[in-house]
Amino acid sequence: MAILKWTPRPFRANLVNDFIRLQREVNQLFSGVTESPGVNLTRTSGVYPALNLSEDDENLYVRAEIPGIEPEQVDLLIEGDNLTIRGQRTIPDADKKVNYHRRERESGYFRRVLTLPTTVDHSKVAATVKDGVLTITLPKAEAVKPKQIKILAA
Amino acid sequence: MSEKELQVKDKTELAEQGEHTKSGPVFIPDVDIYEDQGALTLLADVPGVDGEHIEIDVKDNFLTIVGHITPAAQEGEHSLLKEYGEGRFHRKFVLADIIDQEKISAKVKNGVLTLVLPKVERAKPHKIAVAAG
Repeated sequence: MAILKWTPRPFRANLVNDFIRLQREVNQLFSGVTESPGVNLTRTSGVYPALNLSEDDENLYVRAEIPGIEPEQVDLLIEGDNLTIRGQRTIPDADKKVNYHRRERESGYFRRVLTLPTTVDHSKVAATVKDGVLTITLPKAEAVKPKQIKILAA
Repeated sequence: MSEKELQVKDKTELAEQGEHTKSGPVFIPDVDIYEDQGALTLLADVPGVDGEHIEIDVKDNFLTIVGHITPAAQEGEHSLLKEYGEGRFHRKFVLADIIDQEKISAKVKNGVLTLVLPKVERAKPHKIAVAAG
């Protein structure tokens, strides 16, 4: 029987390294997912304001964040399937004598057209502004509402 | 003044420094800060936040603003288009000593927070009269 010099395998060190590698790989796998939890945006149109559109069985809902804009500064127009949102945002100059440290909020006018995915009942469209969030509720036309179809026994 | 067309701005998400206990996105609100003789005024765009869901905290010269929103969508809605994210607002500023921390006042209207930070007496500019000698 040959006598071999015993080299202790750096068992623990390897195990630790393996775990570090595993951790790195798992982190990489999830990096794209965890960076922005909950925000999965559709490409924006590049036109102010950014809109969120959703629906349920009865209505379409269009929402926009328009902080600092009074309801009377917004014009809504519906024409066929096109919803137009126009308006103006003014930032009152508190006083001409003030000096600005930061100025990130912007003023100006905006015009946005959104093509609605379904036909809506023009006469029942309602809009509200609450805490700077505009919500437009557009009831779907009767013809496009989902309906259950009864199957008759022949 | 308002001849300019408003450009859509992507909401900036807060880069995390330590984890938040609540999940969900956190955004940095746009602010204007201006100064006049008596006070520093801060305006922040916090759409979806009402007066009861905003926390303003002044501690060790740090001013922290946290706004909580109530998600606008009701139950049973399916999203068809999502151009902006919804989440909390969070921003932190370092205050100079000249602010009278006891007299800070705040209000929220139409999704805009107005914070008035009065200056302490000694920081207000004084005209120094030069006597003719």
